[in-house]
Amino acid sequence: MRQGALAKAVQETSFYGAVAFFFILAAFPFYWMVITSFKTNSDLYNVSHIPFWFNDPPTLEHFRYLFEKTLFATWLLNSLIIGLCVVAITLVTALPAAYSLARMTGRSGETLGIGIFLTYLVPPTLLFLPLSRVIAVLGLQNSMWSLVLIYPTFTIPFCTWLLMGFFKAMPPEIEEAAVVDGCSLFGAFIKMALPLSLPGILTAVIFTFTLTLQEFVYALTFISSSNQKPITLGVATDLIRGDIFYWGEIMAGALIASIPVAIAYNFFLDRFIAGITGGAVK
Amino acid sequence: MAAIAESVPKPASRFRFILDRRDVLGTIFIAPAVLYVLLLVGVPLLLAVYYSVSAYTIYNPTWQFVGLANFSELVRDPVFQKTLTNTFILTFGSQILGLVLGKFGALLLMRPFPGRKLVRAIIILPWAVPIALATVAWQWMFDSLYSVINWTLIALGLITRSQAPNWLGTPDLAMLSVIVVNAWRFFPFAIVIFLAGITAVPQDVLDAATVDGAGFWRRNYQIIVPMILPIVAIGLIFGIVFTFTDLSVVFLMTMGGPVDATSVLGFKGFQVGIVSGDVSHGAAISLFMLPVLLVVVIFMLRFIRRREI
Repeated sequence: MRQGALAKAVQETSFYGAVAFFFILAAFPFYWMVITSFKTNSDLYNVSHIPFWFNDPPTLEHFRYLFEKTLFATWLLNSLIIGLCVVAITLVTALPAAYSLARMTGRSGETLGIGIFLTYLVPPTLLFLPLSRVIAVLGLQNSMWSLVLIYPTFTIPFCTWLLMGFFKAMPPEIEEAAVVDGCSLFGAFIKMALPLSLPGILTAVIFTFTLTLQEFVYALTFISSSNQKPITLGVATDLIRGDIFYWGEIMAGALIASIPVAIAYNFFLDRFIAGITGGAVK
Repeated sequence: MAAIAESVPKPASRFRFILDRRDVLGTIFIAPAVLYVLLLVGVPLLLAVYYSVSAYTIYNPTWQFVGLANFSELVRDPVFQKTLTNTFILTFGSQILGLVLGKFGALLLMRPFPGRKLVRAIIILPWAVPIALATVAWQWMFDSLYSVINWTLIALGLITRSQAPNWLGTPDLAMLSVIVVNAWRFFPFAIVIFLAGITAVPQDVLDAATVDGAGFWRRNYQIIVPMILPIVAIGLIFGIVFTFTDLSVVFLMTMGGPVDATSVLGFKGFQVGIVSGDVSHGAAISLFMLPVLLVVVIFMLRFIRRREI
């Protein structure tokens, strides 16, 4: 009896130990981001201090510097503009495409749908060379509008696939009834299908926006002027002067840019998984 | 006047007629998306293939055809051979590490315990947060002077300050660091995929196996793993594609160094094609990714077909 209790205690301890290991593995870099961004420089760059907590009182100095002395606010605004434009382009093209694939094109549409999804797997590092030439020809080099043009190449396939799942899950009877009542097919799409798929549209908007925030390769390739950079590129490449890294500022910037994406993913995780596994998971 | 007034409703009704034909409207609906992708993914892909067999640079934009000369130069270049090997080491290393972590993480998160929701939310972070920003945090953790990892090792008495490793400045350690960061980014995704698969395994199958005397490991590896394999395969495909073509982690952490120790295809293509402006060689380097991607795509297509039956 006592031996059973002991075995159970050992089992419980190792279980929670393993959970703690995973928790720390995932969270530590972010904890490090947070603590670095609130520490004074004299505390940061002193190896005799214990680095895991504050030895001097926390400071907002790095955040102040970020907003007053760097282009951080511009980068935030750039990312917002890029995100909103890409969301608009993506919705206008992906919504009808997804509806068409789910309802109108039948068997050939299925093949086409798979084709569109596969383009999501074509990596930026294969396309950035020709695309940088295309951007140069269009006169968009060094401008954030190049990203507005290029980002839909991965958000459209992703959202078409995601929204297709939503439309397929909707009962077609509602639209059929609308058509019987004299509504055109187009009208049925606008008046019936769109309002009913609002949760799906919201998911698509959130993920389009976070995908644009996460993107780094195209931004790095097309943009070198500081005032045109989106936030991810700006924080990662523009806060280094000469060879000196301003870790307090860099971590503060990374923290601000990470928070919205982290929240969005946690709220919409299940739909994201359903999206990329193509509804294989129910 | 009357003639004009009469002719107005006619095109409108024809328009209406078009909008009511399911196949026509379906084509119109899908055309913008298909065109966008064709013009900005399909055409550039062909352009990349063409660049790779030309002598195109940004300083001398000729379309002169040179055949496979760029490729044969590359395969004889020892730096490129190293780059190719590095890319495979990075991909296999980080995927295996990520999958092992993912499988164990999923096993842990399957069991209900207080605070599970919070733990799950935190564990998702490495995958959700923009990789460039997380990489910068890792770069700071691997700093040559102020590395928190070294500080901990010294504090634990495992090494002395003079022995402290320079993580990103030593070839093997730099590769290890890049693998760890890629695996760290991938494992939450693997956990989520494994969890999604495991919850899809019907409980009665597991109960039946338990009744028939199958133990924990046997249930795990003879029932759960085969049943969730298709879902895991999709997750793995994403992991392979994203790691194999990675540029961000290497660019930010090591710049391919020290001495090409962490140079990978995506990074090399960027350096040669964009930084040095040698578009044709850059395109040839990037195209070495294509065979692997094609294998992945064929695998995926076969899987999707099988699922439909």
